Amino acid sequence: MTDSKLTAQQQAAYWEKTRGLMLVILAAWFVFSFLIHFWAPQLNSIRILGFPLGYYMAAQGSLIAFVLMCVWNAKAQDRIDREFGVQDE
Amino acid sequence: MAAMQGGFLANLGRVYAIYTGAFVGFTIFIGILELFGVPNRILGYLFIFLTLGVYALIGWLARTAEVNEYYVAGRVVPAFYNGMATGADWMSAASFIGMAGSLYFGGYGGLAFVLGWTGGYVLVSILMAPYLRKFGQFTVPDFFSARYGGNLARGLAVIVLITASFTYVVAQIVGVGIITARFLDIGFQVACFVGLLGILLCSMLGGMKAVTWTQVAQYIILIIAYLIPVVVLSAKVTGIPIPQIMYGQALEKIEAFEKTFGVAQPYASAFTDARGNYSPTAMWNFFALILCLMVGTASLPHILMRYFTTPSVKQARDSVAWSLFFIFLLYFTAPAYAAFAKLEVYQNVIGQPIAKLPAWVASWGSIGLVGACDTAQAAINFALCKGVTGNGDGILQLSEFRLHTDAVVLATPEIAGLPYVISGLVAAGGLAAALSTADGLLLAIANALSHDIYYKMIDPQADTKRRLIISRVLLALVAVVAAYVAGTLGADILFLVSWAFSIAAAGLFAGLVLGIWWKRAGDAAGVWGIIVGFGLCMFFLITTEFYGPWVKASMSWLGDINIVKIRGRDVAYIWGINNISVGIFGIPAAFIAMLVAGWVSKPASAEMQDFIDSIRVPAGSVRNAEAAH
Repeated sequence: MTDSKLTAQQQAAYWEKTRGLMLVILAAWFVFSFLIHFWAPQLNSIRILGFPLGYYMAAQGSLIAFVLMCVWNAKAQDRIDREFGVQDE
Repeated sequence: MAAMQGGFLANLGRVYAIYTGAFVGFTIFIGILELFGVPNRILGYLFIFLTLGVYALIGWLARTAEVNEYYVAGRVVPAFYNGMATGADWMSAASFIGMAGSLYFGGYGGLAFVLGWTGGYVLVSILMAPYLRKFGQFTVPDFFSARYGGNLARGLAVIVLITASFTYVVAQIVGVGIITARFLDIGFQVACFVGLLGILLCSMLGGMKAVTWTQVAQYIILIIAYLIPVVVLSAKVTGIPIPQIMYGQALEKIEAFEKTFGVAQPYASAFTDARGNYSPTAMWNFFALILCLMVGTASLPHILMRYFTTPSVKQARDSVAWSLFFIFLLYFTAPAYAAFAKLEVYQNVIGQPIAKLPAWVASWGSIGLVGACDTAQAAINFALCKGVTGNGDGILQLSEFRLHTDAVVLATPEIAGLPYVISGLVAAGGLAAALSTADGLLLAIANALSHDIYYKMIDPQADTKRRLIISRVLLALVAVVAAYVAGTLGADILFLVSWAFSIAAAGLFAGLVLGIWWKRAGDAAGVWGIIVGFGLCMFFLITTEFYGPWVKASMSWLGDINIVKIRGRDVAYIWGINNISVGIFGIPAAFIAMLVAGWVSKPASAEMQDFIDSIRVPAGSVRNAEAAH
């Protein structure tokens, strides 16, 4: 692991990609944390396996989405790191 | 010792697999003892003392005299195990004991906790964990000091850290007290101190290293203990042992019971008031609480410092995903736990003759967690029955049954008539949850005092030995003070914990995020962010809680303020927002203060910007970290 100092340009390009990924996941986070739950009363009229859908989304659906987002971030960021040769293992 | 350490790390999988097998075997053994008629009390003792003994043993085996091991577990914890340790660190008495209880009573409203305590990890993953790991120091205040110009920012961060963590740890010790009091049959105050011993045994000698490997062990116990009763209940009620899918049926049955009992607010209905009508206030409170809990997750130092312990930046990111997965296993089960518990109460308790109520009503009633309030005299036996007037018909109606939030998880196995071994298992799990979080919190507090205040601010020449001794003494002192406060105050676990989240969120989040993502932010921005965010949050928290009428009288220019009688006080709700979500005022205030201070003061120096560039990239060294001090 050498001190691979990026040029200013590479650093900017790296950070732009990283920030892009962050913003996309942040948007997904906002959707599953807040946006869809605004319609919980309406969604509740749909029932699946006994679950009112609005209740299900807050009790399980969003949680699954959160786990997937963390996995997605880990994988996608690792890909960016490798593209720029700055991975640390 | 190094060879032993290497052997242990290479065999982690085998070590913890054997440990898990041994715990399952032990549980089965207790089950057999129960069949042979060994009294419940003995079974409870066995569960509690045996698990405490195991934690103490791990703590002793992992004792250390090295600073790096004491503060960050030597940075050798693989992502998967750090995920488990974070899970235990994270899931406290509030998650294990409090959450299903709050879902039991709050229905949909309680899901704010489920959402709020999971979604925050997305923020940890994308906004801070990898960068804090790259930064690579010992504590969260270290980051504030390096980023915002030294000891002023460090000191402020320490104040926030201690306020939030102390509030949080008091709640954990209350949880330990409740469990130990019930299962060892001793007084609540004594129980708080017994629990304290368990906490100190595992963290005193080995610091973060011992706490890490104990927390992995505690995670295994707590997740088994949480899943087993729900799986059994699901099999009993629906015939299929997959509670997370089957509790839809329980929800339907609950709805049917609600119609016969005449309950106005359906269990699964979203954003409704007590009469079952749509309520925007309920909705805004739901979202405010979610925001505070999520942002608080990404600000609590005892969690963030777990990501200082992984071997690499990549593993820090992977570890966040593992953490959330392990946490998810409990959180997506909690609503099932609550639903099956409610169904059991509706089916087997409500409508029963008082004379025929099972024994658990009396045993949980005697410590004030259950009340059967049919007659006026009931208040003599049941503390919870004060102010409830039953109709005295000898039958327990829904309105006469009282259950404390914190008793739902612990008492459900007995309510459902499951063998006592399961109650003991749940108690061991609750204890593991409360102890593991208390360990992490006490370590965060003690490290802030010994590393940040003593070593960095008072005596930078102190040698390693002296630093570690001071750290241990402080750890014990803080623990005793926390146990004393818990034992004398006792309080609702969930609301104390929610406060801790709001405090951390308002005080630290803006500084952490902008410190990494906004290079221009200079020293003034960091300092003002904490002062304004934390200050405003504490001001609203204290005034609304303790001086509600004054808030209503003098701050009506803010808008709607109403007074709610809760926790024996007149608490002011500004804009109808419950004051457990006071972070909602502090978080934006901190961001605004930082942006304003950042723009009017001079931008961060070129060296500082170079430092930030270097922590944004996983590979390479951290540049100018010393110049930044």
